[in-house]
Amino acid sequence: MIPLSHFLTLGAVLFLIGAAGVLMRRNVIIILLSIELMLNAVNVTLIGFSRQWADLSGQVFAIFVIAVAACEAAVGLAILISLNRDKTVMNVDEVNLLKW
Amino acid sequence: MISYAWLIPLFPVVGVLINGFLGKRLGEKSGFIATLMAGLSLLVVLLIANEMIFGAGGKHTIHLWEWIHAGSFSVSLSFLIDPLSTIMLLVVSGVGFLVHLYSIGYMHGDPGFPRFFTYLNLFMLSMFLLVLGDNYLVMFVGWEGVGLCSYLLIGFWYEKKSASDAGKKAFIVNRIGDAGFLLGMFLIWVIADTLTYQEVSQVTSKFAVTINVLGIETTYASIIGLLLFIGAIGKSAQIPLYVWLPDAMEGPTPVSALIHAATMVTAGVYMVARTSPIYVEAALAMEVIAVVGALTAIFAASIGLVQNDIKRVLAYSTVSQLGFMFMALGVGAFTAGVFHLMTHAFFKGLLFLGSGSVIHALHHAPVEQQQDMRYMGGLKSKMPVTYWTFLIGAIAIAGVPPFAGFWSKDEILANAFFSGHTFVWAVGSIAALMTAFYMFRLIFMTFHGEMRVDPHAREHIHESPFSMTTPLILLAVLSVFGGIIPGFPPEKGWIHDFLAPSLAKVSQVTHHSSFNLISSAHAASADSGGHHGPEAIYLIVLAIVIAVGGIILAWSMYGKKSNIPDQIQQKFPGLYKILLNKYYVDELYQRYIVEPIYRLMKFLWNFDAKVVDGAVNGSTLVTVLTSRVSSFFDLRTVDGAVNGVANFVRFFSQVFKFLQSGMVQNYLLAMLLGVFLMLSAYLLQ
Amino acid sequence: MELPFFYLFSAGIVITSLFMITRSNVIHAALLLVLTFFFLAGLFVLAGAEFLAAVQVLIYSGGIMVLYLFSIMLMNVQVAVRIRQWHRQRFFAILILLVLGFEIWSVLGKGVFPKMKVWPWKLGATPGNVEALGSVLYTKFVFPFEVVSILLLASMIGAIVLAKKKIDS
Repeated sequence: MIPLSHFLTLGAVLFLIGAAGVLMRRNVIIILLSIELMLNAVNVTLIGFSRQWADLSGQVFAIFVIAVAACEAAVGLAILISLNRDKTVMNVDEVNLLKW
Repeated sequence: MISYAWLIPLFPVVGVLINGFLGKRLGEKSGFIATLMAGLSLLVVLLIANEMIFGAGGKHTIHLWEWIHAGSFSVSLSFLIDPLSTIMLLVVSGVGFLVHLYSIGYMHGDPGFPRFFTYLNLFMLSMFLLVLGDNYLVMFVGWEGVGLCSYLLIGFWYEKKSASDAGKKAFIVNRIGDAGFLLGMFLIWVIADTLTYQEVSQVTSKFAVTINVLGIETTYASIIGLLLFIGAIGKSAQIPLYVWLPDAMEGPTPVSALIHAATMVTAGVYMVARTSPIYVEAALAMEVIAVVGALTAIFAASIGLVQNDIKRVLAYSTVSQLGFMFMALGVGAFTAGVFHLMTHAFFKGLLFLGSGSVIHALHHAPVEQQQDMRYMGGLKSKMPVTYWTFLIGAIAIAGVPPFAGFWSKDEILANAFFSGHTFVWAVGSIAALMTAFYMFRLIFMTFHGEMRVDPHAREHIHESPFSMTTPLILLAVLSVFGGIIPGFPPEKGWIHDFLAPSLAKVSQVTHHSSFNLISSAHAASADSGGHHGPEAIYLIVLAIVIAVGGIILAWSMYGKKSNIPDQIQQKFPGLYKILLNKYYVDELYQRYIVEPIYRLMKFLWNFDAKVVDGAVNGSTLVTVLTSRVSSFFDLRTVDGAVNGVANFVRFFSQVFKFLQSGMVQNYLLAMLLGVFLMLSAYLLQ
Repeated sequence: MELPFFYLFSAGIVITSLFMITRSNVIHAALLLVLTFFFLAGLFVLAGAEFLAAVQVLIYSGGIMVLYLFSIMLMNVQVAVRIRQWHRQRFFAILILLVLGFEIWSVLGKGVFPKMKVWPWKLGATPGNVEALGSVLYTKFVFPFEVVSILLLASMIGAIVLAKKKIDS
């Protein structure tokens, strides 16, 4: 059997990789993809716990996380498209209207 | 019927959904739907009130569902029907329905008609939640909801910059108060482990624990009381956060009547009354409330003396009357405070709707003259219904018996006097004199004398339509009888018996045991069922004299032709200017709070741009020069050190820059830094 | 028997995701992420979450990632390949992430690893995963489930409003 610690470690590693992608890349699409990665890291952890405690709530939560990810993707891409229409912005650090 | 209390907020929800989604298609029909929903709510409230008043009474909890459940923290969405919420429900749904009815006429022809009624129903929903909730969290939801509706409705004509600015101002100022409310709520949870009113009132001994804060001996109850009072200050427009209410008059007049006079602004009073079991243990907080209330009452009344905008006079009058209510709460007369809340809702709602009727009649005049009393006068014969109902409202607020205002205001002042708060009583009496004066100044300037209306607008002046005058008449009836029926005889009226189960009583021991600012040591008990003897009679006579005196003073200055006002204005130009400019409080806030924050932000940006970047560039420059000079000595070592320093400085300058960069990634980095700190704290503990 | 597969899938997940965050061509990155999701689905099967594995493949890879690819096609991505790829804060970010990883490791070591015994998933005792999940989802979690549907609706409307061309009225 796979110990819980394996799931948690994998989740942590995946989360950190995703966070690294969000923090270090400038390309907006890659950042959105990295966010998907972070959400999936959470899913791994939830599944691990669900298995550990023989409780289906973890899987239900994972389904909700996927739903939220779908929303996030839809809205995020819509924002991207509207930004891309006015000026070809592909880098997050060019979108800084909230500055000061 | 009481178990059907969930119907009360349900009807506005239906109204919001219908008008929100189909409003554009419905056009002006949306007004009838919204009014119908408000009317149905009123019907349910009346049935429940019938049962509460003539039937069993008592307290009833209607549990709907578990809302939040996490560990030991559990909050349910449930409603509490008790005497206090019954009174509030009657006021909210009654005035709310009349304002809906009135708005059909007032908003006729406005392009935002359906939007207006959607917001109005949303407001009713939030207010019902605020009043009905059986715990602080549900109250807070309603509290925020009414704040939102207030913002939306103040800025209803958002194309006008002053209106959208006023909306933002109201919203931001209210946030300051809400922070206090939240903190108070947290503290209640920490200490009592519950947020429901009834459970809190059972464990008041936990709140009475004495603690030492910054050298002052006080109780948990006092701290909670002060924090919650900060919330009440924001919502109910007390010093120093009252500044949003006068600006809120940018909204449509029915909104001013409903939200900014009758219901929402009294939410703070309701909250303090609701928390009375804690407040009776909070001597310090009570003193603060009494003093703040008294100061607000006189402060706002004095500003109201010289204002020329008809709605602004009423706005300052509202602030002043709210001060009276807090005065009552502060001296321990919770019943009198709630009673004044009720009567005030009647006559102030009436006055605002009346002023709306006047503005409506003048809407052909130039915009800047529509609300200016200097361009009115002589409207009495043109608008008889408005005039007579307005007059009734003014008499009621001035405090002439047997009209509504007299009974509640007299009780407040009597309670202040007999509980030993002589200062509060004196200030309140002067404020009452000012109230009578500015109200009748308004009447004489608006309805009497010669007509000063713009000649083009004169022929358009007309009495308002039926849907607008009906609410005026109904409210006028309430302003006449709404005080004497529940409030007679003074201090022993029906309302005292009715509200007794909901409101805690101040016991003499707790109230005077510690830290009294003003009250004398020989105070008699407050709110304990009437005061006898000649003093009570003297006070009543004095109150009547004050009211009538104010009216006569106003008549002698504005009613008959006289130049006294001008003379006074010339004699005390400084005082007049200060009052006209509202003590320059807005300017002070702008100068000492808004601008410093703005300047701080500017400074940080400049610091970032000039000092940090400059340091980087400067140090690089200097070190490059030095390295040139000494390259001769040892090119590699020195250069390496120089670049190291420069890189070091640049690295940290970028860390500083992250503070306000506007880039999401920097914010995420800061978040991760926070996670890092929390994890470190966990690991190191 | 499960453990080797777990290591296999984990290695696949980590490697593909590392590749994903380093690509400069976004289409490659998106396809790599699809691969990651397939590995994840395999992992879910190992953990006894068959339904979730199916959802992962159908919804995530089939739905969301296709949405990404479509959007990428709609945009002018050629510019993005030429510009500087890495954010200025990358060194600091790596530092923080490394420290954070170390800390997570210590937290896991402190709280989870020593005390954990494996309680195997009782496959025989529970009904099939899909059926069990369905019965939980539509009884205990029915309210959150409905709320999620409203969230999806709201985001759909939001996406349409944001992305549609402004019509000159």
